Amino acid sequence: MNINKHITRRTAIITGLSSLGSLLLPGCTKPLPPTYGNILRMGDMLTYSAHRALLPGQSLVKEYRSSDISSFPATGCTNPSAPLFTYKVSDEYGRLLSKGFSDWKLSVEGSVTQPGTYSLSDLQNFPVRKQITRHTCEEGWTAIAEWTGVPLSSVLNSAGILPSARFVNFYSFDGWIDSIDLMDAFHPQTILAYGMNGRNLPIPHGAPVRLRVETQIGYKSMKYLQRIVVTDEFLDLGDSGWAWYTGI
Amino acid sequence: MPSPDSSDTSIRHKGWVRISHWIITISFITLAYTGVVILMCHPRLYWGDVGNDLTPALIELPISRNYQHGGWTESDTFFNKAGSPITANRTYDIFNKNGWGRSLHFLSAWFLVITGITYLILGILTGHFRTRLVPKRSEFSLRLFLSDIVTHVRMQLPSSDNSTQYNLLQKSSYLAVIFFLLPLIVLTGLTMSPAVAGAYPFLLKVFFGAQSARTLHFLASIALELFLAVHVIMIIKTGFKHQMRAMTIGK
Repeated sequence: MNINKHITRRTAIITGLSSLGSLLLPGCTKPLPPTYGNILRMGDMLTYSAHRALLPGQSLVKEYRSSDISSFPATGCTNPSAPLFTYKVSDEYGRLLSKGFSDWKLSVEGSVTQPGTYSLSDLQNFPVRKQITRHTCEEGWTAIAEWTGVPLSSVLNSAGILPSARFVNFYSFDGWIDSIDLMDAFHPQTILAYGMNGRNLPIPHGAPVRLRVETQIGYKSMKYLQRIVVTDEFLDLGDSGWAWYTGI
Repeated sequence: MPSPDSSDTSIRHKGWVRISHWIITISFITLAYTGVVILMCHPRLYWGDVGNDLTPALIELPISRNYQHGGWTESDTFFNKAGSPITANRTYDIFNKNGWGRSLHFLSAWFLVITGITYLILGILTGHFRTRLVPKRSEFSLRLFLSDIVTHVRMQLPSSDNSTQYNLLQKSSYLAVIFFLLPLIVLTGLTMSPAVAGAYPFLLKVFFGAQSARTLHFLASIALELFLAVHVIMIIKTGFKHQMRAMTIGK
């Protein structure tokens, strides 16, 4: 009798846990980024699906006052034309930098009706968004800065993003490639920033234009943008060892 | 002495208690281990919303080569005024295992949270908390509590043979772990998530900011590790074999 009772309870727990999993199934009917059979990537995908299923869509992160602006370390690549560490050296970035980025153009291509390029002044002609937000680095530190830029959604709409589009991929001069889904791409605080703390974006912080994805960890806010490609499919670059979705 | 909810005194811990005990044990150990790996990447703790290598720390822990590494270029100011916030470039190749460290931390957290919620629901529905963990009215006595502490300090512990009932000190520590420390560590963890704090900004208010939440998360983990250490010592002192049988096969 007792043994039966315990198996029933155990079964109840297991059934309960597996039914929790089924809550995530609606998210799985659409193709998700690959997990490479890696249990860590499966955990990342569970977090991603849970955030998309459970969190209210596109809530705004906290915005701070000017007096909250803090010191801000520049880490990773701090100049693609003369990088420390093992980043790709970009001679092209050096040439653009020497002309004060007057020749810099951001290419927007892929699943859009009007692929094309945007100069710095083209981007500055869009309605401006200013936001004082907190940068959260995966390392554990945080910093607050004021960012000036154009909402990514304005640029994507201007390029005529197609209904089949699912992801937005970013390519930078330092060799970094990463992507975000459309939920984050169309988040009102996701901007292409050309200003920081009231000045032009400094070189160590990603000049001339960097991405700000305020709903994710700092490394998604890529610096030194060169090219944006909208795709219907997830751009599979293999397992980098780092989570693709870092809303946590 | 049989506990009121147990008709069969030979079963000391119910099946669902034993299963959740071990899932939470394994998750907790993995979380504590990866938590240290993550902390080693930036072994500085702060109060408020902001904290980085260019701002003062509350606590600095000498637990990796990143401790006070000093690999920074000369700083620039953001504004032309005294006391302006500054920026500097990092020139030091830091220790950073957060790629797997963070993902494994969150994977283990899923196990802890899902098991924890299941445990809480079953604990309420089966009356487990009411009958075994909530102290009886007669137990609310300072004298009893103090004498409990004295017997524990002197290690005059009751034999575990008939202890289907917990004493007041046990009940208080289990209640503190289940209803205070574990919820605190989960909520402060969620407060550090940009997406969760974006959706629920009150979390930043409750825990005094993102870096305060990180510091409280660390302090709660120290408290839970101390609990684990004392818990294991008590298991050994009151008969390791017997206690392990009780929490595995149930008898």
